[in-house]
Order: sequence, then structure tokens, then C-alpha cells
Amino acid sequence: MVTRVVTGAHYGLKDWLVQRVTALIMAAYSILFVGAMLVCTPGDYDEWRAVFSPQWMRLATLLFFLSLFWHAWIGMRDILMDYVSSTAARLGLQVVVILLLVAYAAWAVQILWSI
Amino acid sequence: MPQSNRPKYLNLVQIRLPLPGLVSILHRISGFGMFALAWAMLWLLQSSLQSADGYAQAAGFAQSWFGKLFLIGIGWAFMHHFFAGLRFLLLDAHLGTELQIARRSSGLVLVLGILGTLVLGVSLW
Repeated sequence: MVTRVVTGAHYGLKDWLVQRVTALIMAAYSILFVGAMLVCTPGDYDEWRAVFSPQWMRLATLLFFLSLFWHAWIGMRDILMDYVSSTAARLGLQVVVILLLVAYAAWAVQILWSI
Repeated sequence: MPQSNRPKYLNLVQIRLPLPGLVSILHRISGFGMFALAWAMLWLLQSSLQSADGYAQAAGFAQSWFGKLFLIGIGWAFMHHFFAGLRFLLLDAHLGTELQIARRSSGLVLVLGILGTLVLGVSLW
């Protein structure tokens, strides 16, 4: 059964949730990554590269980056909605942010898989 | 209607934000700052992983005074955003919403961000 609520559009609920789920993913990755770096600090290039050479580490790091860029989109969208009142300017800036974040995601893949 | 006679008080210099408000606006500012500097972080990561030369270049940047300042700035933004974000998640779960506790937790977030930045700064220098 679908419960429909007449008041309020709830357009933002999905984004609100995504912002929080991506935050938890990033927090978990950050704590584990910083902890691991404190325990066995890589001291040179080969050791640093070895950190990202296992496939699971590349995938985990990619998940972090995708969470980061999705999270950043919602945050930037909120900022633009709050401070840019001209619809045309806001739309233009939102497109710029999206293109930038998609490009960053492709760049992150390239960085991780060309090690 | 008399609605338009309501006082508007939006002088940013004169508004006195309560502590939770300060943490909130700093959460936004730090998030925007990290978005604005994401390209530099990606570039550093790429350079450090690409080759031994690139690694040396990135390490050299991290040891220059400008690089240290950059990393300390990013470090504060990350830590403040991290702790403030955890606090918001707890508030979402209706934990710590009482006025006194919310005030204290916002103070704690501010202090943790600054302490973490100090630790980072000392270990960099």
C-alpha cells in the first residue's frame, strides 16, 4: 500500500537521505584509512603505491570518491539554492557543478587504475 | 499588510551567531572550500601515485610552506566538516537535541576540529 501524504511535496527526502548515507560511507573509509596510515606509515613511493595496488582497495577508494562527489553535488545544490536567486544563473552554475563532478569521477577512475 | 514592517536584520557583521549557528555556517564554508579545492587534492593524489618523480614532487609541495598551509587549511576543513557532520547525524537521530547539550556538543565540535588541526600542523612542521 502506498501511503500518500497530501501536505508537503517531499522532493528533498531522497537527497537528504543520500547526503547522510554517503556521509557514513565517507566517514567509515576516512577512519579506516587514517587509522591504517597511522599504524603503518608508507615512507616512500613504492610503499605508497602498494597501498592502492589491491583491487579491493581501488574499489573501496572509488566508492569513497563516488560518495564524495554525490555528497558534494547535494551540498553545492543547497548552497546555490540558498544564495543564487536568479533561476538562469542558478541553473547554469548547477550544470557547471555537475559537469565538474562527473569529470572528477572519471579522473578518480583514471588515477586509481593507472597505478 | 503590515507584514512588510517586520524588522529585517541581516547585517552579517553585526549578527551574533549562537555557537551551534557558528558550527553550522562553518560546516557549509568548509564543505564549499573542499569542493573548490578538490581539483588540487586529485592532482596531488595523481602526481604522488603516477611515478617516483611525481611522488617526490608531491612530497616537496607538502614540505613547502605554501603546501603546509594548504594541507592545514584542507585538514581543518575536513576535520570540522567531519565532526560537525557526525553531530548533525546524531541530531537527525534525535540524540542531543536538548538546548544545553546541543550547545555543548557544538563547542566540542569546534574544539575537536581546532585540536585536530593543531596536531596536523605540529606533525607537518
